[in-house]
Amino acid sequence: MKETVRTLYDKIWARHAVVTREGGLTLLHVGRHYIHDGSHAGFRELARLGLKLRRPDRTFGSPDHYLSTLTHDLTQMTAERARVIQVMGDNASASGATLFGLDDVRQGIMHVVGPEQGLTQPGMVIVCGDSHTATHGALGALAFGIGASEVAHVMGTQTLWQKKSRNMRISINGRLQRWVSAKDIILAIIARIGIGGGVGHVIEYAGETIRSLSIEGRLSLCNMSIEGGARAGMVAPDDSTFQYLAGRPYAPQRAHWDSAMTYWKGLPSDAGAVFDTELDLDAKDIEPMVTWGTNPAQALPISGRIPDPAEGDVAADQRRDMGKALEYMGLQPGVPIEGLRIDRVFIGSCTNSRIEDLREAARVADGRKALIPALVVPGSGLVKAQAEAEGLHRVFIDAGFEWRLPGCSMCVGMNGDTVAPGEHCASTSNRNFVGRQGKGARTHLLSPAMAAAAAVTGRLTDVRRLGSAS
Amino acid sequence: MKPFVRLQACAIPYDASNVDTDQIVPARFLSRARQDGFGGQLFHDLRFGTDGTPNAAFILHDPAFRDARIIVADENFGCGSSREVAVWALMDYGIQAVIAASFGEIFHSNSLKNGLLPVTLPAGVTRGLRNALLEGSYRHLDIDLHGQVVRTPDGEEHAFAIDPLRRQLLLQGTDEIQFTLEHKAELDAFEQDYDRDFPWLARPATG
Repeated sequence: MKETVRTLYDKIWARHAVVTREGGLTLLHVGRHYIHDGSHAGFRELARLGLKLRRPDRTFGSPDHYLSTLTHDLTQMTAERARVIQVMGDNASASGATLFGLDDVRQGIMHVVGPEQGLTQPGMVIVCGDSHTATHGALGALAFGIGASEVAHVMGTQTLWQKKSRNMRISINGRLQRWVSAKDIILAIIARIGIGGGVGHVIEYAGETIRSLSIEGRLSLCNMSIEGGARAGMVAPDDSTFQYLAGRPYAPQRAHWDSAMTYWKGLPSDAGAVFDTELDLDAKDIEPMVTWGTNPAQALPISGRIPDPAEGDVAADQRRDMGKALEYMGLQPGVPIEGLRIDRVFIGSCTNSRIEDLREAARVADGRKALIPALVVPGSGLVKAQAEAEGLHRVFIDAGFEWRLPGCSMCVGMNGDTVAPGEHCASTSNRNFVGRQGKGARTHLLSPAMAAAAAVTGRLTDVRRLGSAS
Repeated sequence: MKPFVRLQACAIPYDASNVDTDQIVPARFLSRARQDGFGGQLFHDLRFGTDGTPNAAFILHDPAFRDARIIVADENFGCGSSREVAVWALMDYGIQAVIAASFGEIFHSNSLKNGLLPVTLPAGVTRGLRNALLEGSYRHLDIDLHGQVVRTPDGEEHAFAIDPLRRQLLLQGTDEIQFTLEHKAELDAFEQDYDRDFPWLARPATG
């Protein structure tokens, strides 16, 4: 019999299937379970069922969502948030899970910490009670977000019932323009496929442009797969992946490294593997992107104009949604997006808070002054330490940006960092939903370099023209 | 979990696609205790003005839909954040089923775990239902999970698909985790092999 050709996703799925039921539901084994300060409901449900954490050795966490970025002193946070973080610490110590707590330099956003520690590895199944878990697919893992009941299910059984998704491949070839980043690629993809375009699919990002991205770039790319509706996004492991992992604390050591490499090298999709859906993009056509509306698909190249729902061939439902978005954002159709006045800038989040993101932003900020409040929040204690060793914090502080402590911060208005009603915020985060950054907040998603450009000009500005000051 | 067999109830037409879970419950409410309930936080920022007064134009305030147990939405309902509070808020408010053209996948899973039935019907059908409900042609729908069909008072029948295992768990009201533990022997055997094949995933002695 001819050997079947399989995708990266097919291979990881097959290796982790414990039981498959009639109808296709499969009990999938989980290699790593990441938890955060929002995972308390999972522990509570586990206790209600009289169960214990089955695999504390596969469970790792760090507080990120509820944390103040001004201070990590719990007594200085609101009682409600401090309680949630305290409960996480109690749950971790009672269950035996590994916690990178507030007193640990490794603390940070779990989607930054996992790869950084070498916990995230190719060919694994990784889950977390957070929709941006697809981030970890950048290293060739199958990683996806789950809800609180599923968190409890993984805690109790180290498995999940899942239905296999369809395979989608998005191939990008060609050379990116200077200042165009992974963030711009993913915003361009979502603008193309729509916020629901990936529903029912796992995306594999492929092509020479993706190959040439650093691991940091791939993490930003895979991070937003959920914003296109996809269950997960992934990039096949290659030499960049292996180099990134080598020597990290939880990466395989010595003889185990060779065994791991054998497994990892067999993972990439076979030649001739069939994808249910394919999309090809040319890297040279991708411009710095910015969102104008209230979902990540409502994005434009910085050279574009705010769309007019009355123009072109637009379905009635879509016209209704565009009209609502324009009203919420306080924007007029037909106006160029470049030059739009911005009130506040946020550089951070699980999408763009890694060292390369901070370097890109610092290149633009260096020697300039922020005209509006601008916040820089490194993704982990180790990113912060690295940035400070490179002097990036001085660049930001001298330019009038605020340099904060690691956490989810202004991506999600639940930790004290919020955007005021009506304010336009240029943000490197992943969601521009109504009220996401605070009630009435108007979010424009963009790359770290574009965010820095907005900070020093007070407007949405094409970073390709602004460039570095020096 | 309470079994779900059949639901005959008033339905709210919710005329928007891509209803994200930040809209269903804003993030600032997530630290509330579960026992305090989230019904009052459902669609909070759409339902109430900045000063806390009800936004009269919002459909939840329409007296015609006061006793609704069903929402009829459009494409990609429940997209975005994985917060299960979005499901809890709908259920605490009294909603027991959502009919939509498609769902955010995490929301869909979360719904099934809590006994909130997500029903997927073609976009044209959900539009027709919303229009009829908005126009007042009828206010009630009949969702029959056993027969896998949605019936309207004017005699339309719309069959829907659902995974057989999911359907069984809902009909019986079985918590999924209890069902999974019936596979304990297979799981133990799998894990033993897996741990042997991937020894490098073991936690080092010192973190």
